[in-house]
Amino acid sequence: MMLFKALNAFGEYCQFLWSTFGVPEKWREFFKRYTDEIHKLGIDSIPLILIVSVFIGALCTILIKLNINNPMLPRYAVGMTTREIILLEFSSSILCLILSGKIGSNIASEIGTMRVTEQIDALDIMGINSANFLAMPKILGLITILPVLVVICMFTSLLGGYGVCVITGIVDVDTYLYGIQTMFIEWYVWFALIKSLFFAFIISSISAYYGYHVKGGSVEVGKASTNAVVMSNIMILVVDVILTKLLLQ
Amino acid sequence: MIEVKNIKKSFQDGDEMRQILFGISAKFYDGKTNLIIGQSGSGKTVLVKNIVGLFRPDEGEILYDGRDITKMDKKQLKELRKEIGMLFQGSALFDSETVLGNVMFPLKMFSGMSYEEMRDRAQFCIDRVNLTGSENKFPSELSGGMQKRAAIARAIALNPKYLFCDEPNSGLDPKTSIVIDELLSDITHEYGITTIINTHDMNSVMGIGQNIIFVNKGHLGWNGTKDEIYDQDNDDLNNFVYATDLFRDVRKYRLVHGYQRTTTK
Repeated sequence: MMLFKALNAFGEYCQFLWSTFGVPEKWREFFKRYTDEIHKLGIDSIPLILIVSVFIGALCTILIKLNINNPMLPRYAVGMTTREIILLEFSSSILCLILSGKIGSNIASEIGTMRVTEQIDALDIMGINSANFLAMPKILGLITILPVLVVICMFTSLLGGYGVCVITGIVDVDTYLYGIQTMFIEWYVWFALIKSLFFAFIISSISAYYGYHVKGGSVEVGKASTNAVVMSNIMILVVDVILTKLLLQ
Repeated sequence: MIEVKNIKKSFQDGDEMRQILFGISAKFYDGKTNLIIGQSGSGKTVLVKNIVGLFRPDEGEILYDGRDITKMDKKQLKELRKEIGMLFQGSALFDSETVLGNVMFPLKMFSGMSYEEMRDRAQFCIDRVNLTGSENKFPSELSGGMQKRAAIARAIALNPKYLFCDEPNSGLDPKTSIVIDELLSDITHEYGITTIINTHDMNSVMGIGQNIIFVNKGHLGWNGTKDEIYDQDNDDLNNFVYATDLFRDVRKYRLVHGYQRTTTK
């Protein structure tokens, strides 16, 4: 029964995507909504990203310094390890897990509220493809802006590590700077950016799907919002494992 | 004219199929206020949603001036929908748009007008529903009656041939309900629209019902005019119409004095 429900939901999700990706009714209206979504989902998330990434970068530096206190390891290992953690996992996967809470619930609750207040029915009655009109700008908007957010996260996390070195002196600043530059592998940046494209699609499409298929009232909108975040997080982790295996081995 | 023939509709209810409509046939006339009445849960909304194409009936035909909506492909359905306006129970105004933005929305999507032309047309519709001065307000800043009027303005923006209203008076006080009823009636007669109003409000029936379809437990219970509704011997309809003392008194008064409508204008 559970398997049947899961397959049914997957089929509905595929149908939803099929109706979402089509030629917009009016390109002008689409670009207006697309830029609005970039602003709402991406630019408005920058303060959160700055706060989280500065502190995570600082914490990584402190914890690595405390845990690899081994004379066999070079002192620049702290900066280097911080950089690798940030590039490989934090700036893409962990950031997207955090953002799925903010962006995913925003998308699901916005579309879900439109569903329960019959605004989506109003679009359908007008002859507008409501899935395309509502979901496509959000999906493409997030796919556009999330890689930018990942790059911002990379810089500010490393800056957080630098800040903690300057303020506490836990690691010599020059050593830290040498560490974050040494043995740099450019592919890791591309790896994070590629992952972010997948994660952006997962967060936006799953959240839009849950919002679009809400039935009932405000309680169901809340449930849909929670389910969207949970399912997005699970899928991010699954896809993270698959992409890491495919792209790094 | 819209004609429905033998409409049947069922829904999945757990493991079973639950039939809601049992072969309803009816005609909705041009330039008249056609009212679908019935108790809550009788199948009125399902019937309307079938007619507008939000649901697909299991059986039957729905003819818009001879064009069967049940046999239309997506493209034909899209074209037909440009001729349809709908007023929803909760108004369904877009929260992120002002009144002007809401009324301009269908024009932006389908009219091909310049911005100035769209603005003029939207302003005309807003003035027509007596919402002048509220153009820049958001739906959350409007009262229930004003929201309904804004939704009517949006519904008529593209000059629809068919106007559907789902419980237009729900949540409104009696005086505002009469204002909305009269607005719908006036618009119907002015533009010769086929208006279908789904309601269980007997004030609306008495006020503006020209062609009344009574839906009872998914069946067509009765069809006639507001004058005929008092002189019929359908028990189910009488139970619905004379459910309150007020309407029992109205019936007695009408039997003695004849019927004359009073308005609040």
